[in-house]
Amino acid sequence: MLTATTAIRRELLIRLVRAFDADSLNTELDRIPVKLRPKNDPSSRCCIYHDRAVLKYRLMSLLGVSPREETDEAKTLGQYWQEKAAAAETSTPAASAQPLSPLCVCEAACSGCPDSRVVSTENCRGCFARPCMYNCPKKAISIVDGHSVVDQSLCIKCGKCIQACPYHAIVKTSVPCEEACPVGAIKKNEHGFAEIDFTRCVYCGKCLVHCPFGAVVERSQLLDLLLAMRRGEKIVAMVAPACGSQFPGTVEQLLSACAKAGFADVMEVALGAELTTKHETAEFLERLEKDPKMLMTTSCCPAYVNLVTKHVPTFLPHVSTTPSPMVYAKQLAQEKTPGIKTAFIGPCVAKRDEAQRTGVDFVLSFEELGALFAGRGIDVMACEPWPVARPACATARGYAHSCGVTEAVLAEATERVPGFKLDAKQINGLDKKTAMQLKLYGMGKLPGNFLEVMACSGGCEKGPCALK
Amino acid sequence: MDKVKVEICCGTACYLLGAVHLMELEAQLPPEMRERVAFEAKSCLGQCENDRLGGAPFVRFNGTEMMSRATPGAVMARLRELLGLEVA
Ligand code: FES
Repeated sequence: MLTATTAIRRELLIRLVRAFDADSLNTELDRIPVKLRPKNDPSSRCCIYHDRAVLKYRLMSLLGVSPREETDEAKTLGQYWQEKAAAAETSTPAASAQPLSPLCVCEAACSGCPDSRVVSTENCRGCFARPCMYNCPKKAISIVDGHSVVDQSLCIKCGKCIQACPYHAIVKTSVPCEEACPVGAIKKNEHGFAEIDFTRCVYCGKCLVHCPFGAVVERSQLLDLLLAMRRGEKIVAMVAPACGSQFPGTVEQLLSACAKAGFADVMEVALGAELTTKHETAEFLERLEKDPKMLMTTSCCPAYVNLVTKHVPTFLPHVSTTPSPMVYAKQLAQEKTPGIKTAFIGPCVAKRDEAQRTGVDFVLSFEELGALFAGRGIDVMACEPWPVARPACATARGYAHSCGVTEAVLAEATERVPGFKLDAKQINGLDKKTAMQLKLYGMGKLPGNFLEVMACSGGCEKGPCALK
Repeated sequence: MDKVKVEICCGTACYLLGAVHLMELEAQLPPEMRERVAFEAKSCLGQCENDRLGGAPFVRFNGTEMMSRATPGAVMARLRELLGLEVA
C-alpha cells in the first residue's frame, strides 16, 4: 500500500536528486518545505508551519543527519548540505567507530499517541443486556448516565467486552509503532513522544512502515553516494535478490538502469547468495555430523541476527556463522575490481547497520534507487538488458522470499548427500509472538534441525523499503 | 461502441508515487466494464517536472483528459462516469 507518508518521502528524494544534478541544493533545500506547503494551501497537520517543520526534518534525514543529532535549531538545510559537501570533497568521510543508527523518531512529526486503552465510545446505547459488563473478568465496566465506562485502573485490556458488544461501541486505541515493534524498543520519552531504545532495537523497520504520521525516519546515504560519484569514485551497485519484483522490467534491465545512473559496475547480490548457500550447507552438514540432535538457523537476515544478539544471546551458538550474501557479493566485486567501492541496494533497514560493520560503503533502499532513476530520467523498461556473464541461479534469487533459503540449502545438501532429509521450520516475519517463540528456543526447546528466520513476513521482497 | 482509453504513466516518477497500484486495476475490472476499457502502460507522459511532481501519478483518459494524483478509486470512478455507469 502506498500512503501519503511513503509518497512524500519518495517525492523529496526525487527532488533531492534533481537539485543535486542541477547544482542547486544550496538554495533549493530550504525552499522545498515552502514550495510543498505554500501559504493558504491546505495542511496535513495543524497548519502549514508544522508541515514545513516536519518536511525540514525529513530532508535532514535524507541528508544523512538524524533529527536527534540536531544541536542548533536555527541551522538551515543549506548549511547542513554545505558541511557535507565540504567534508566529501576529497574522500568519503571515514565511517564512525560506532555504527550510526539507521532509524530515529522525528519528534516534530510524532503525534505522541496516548497509551493503548480500552474505551467505550458514543456508539454505546446503554442496552439492557449489557454483555460488556457481563463478560468483563475484572468488573471494570460500569454504567454512568446510561453509558458504559471502562475503569482504566481495573482494565487488563483482554478485549472480551469489545467482542461482546453488538454495537461495536468499545474499542481499543492503539500506538502503532509500539505495537509493531517485536522487541519492545519503543517507549515514550518525558515529553510524551515515541523514542527508540537502541540497546533493544533490531532495525527491522516495522515502526517505519506502521507509523501513520511518518514520524520514523531513516538516515539516508543517497547524497554521500552522489557526492562520491561526482568525485569520480568507482562504485559497484549490488542489487539484492528482492529486486526482481520491484521495478517493471527484468533484472538485467534493472542492472543496465543502474549503470546508466552512474555506477561503474553492477551485479546481483544473488551471486553472493550462491556462496552463502554453499558455505552454509557445508557448515550445516558439519554441525550435523558432530551432533545429530543439533539445530542451525540461517544468518542472512540482519534484523534476526540483531534480535538474537540483543535479546536471546543463549541462542547465538545456533545461528550460522556463514557470511550473508551481501558480504560475499562485496568480496566478489572487490576480487574483480580491487579497491572498488560497494553499494548494496535493497529493501532492508537492518542492512544499513550490517553494512557499517562489514565494510560495505553505501546502502541504498529501492526507493532511493527509484528516486535516482526518476531524477535522472531513467526508465527501467526502456533499458537494454545488461550483458551479465551469467545470471544468478534461481535458488539464489529465491533468497528474497520466505522459504527461499531453506530451498536453496536443501537443494545443495541433497546434491552432496543424496536422499538427505532436512527437518526444516520457518519463522516468516518477526512480531511479538515469534520473538517470544525464539526465546523459548533459546531455553532449549529446539524445533527440527534447520530454522529459517526472516524478519519480514513474506521475505525480503516485502521489506520495509520495498516498492510495493 | 468505442472503448475508453486509459493510459497509465509508468515512468519512474509516477511508478514510485503510486502507478504500481494502478497497474493492478485492469485485473480488477468488474465484468460489465471489461470489454469497454482499454488500458495502456505508458512511459513518462512528461508531466512530472518539479512543480508538478506532487501531482504524480498521472493517468490520461481518451488521449486528452489528464488526471493527477490518480488513485485506484478515483480512476475507477471516472471510468464509470465516462461509461455512463452508476458511480458506486
Ligand atoms: S513519470 Fe509520469 S509523467 Fe513523468
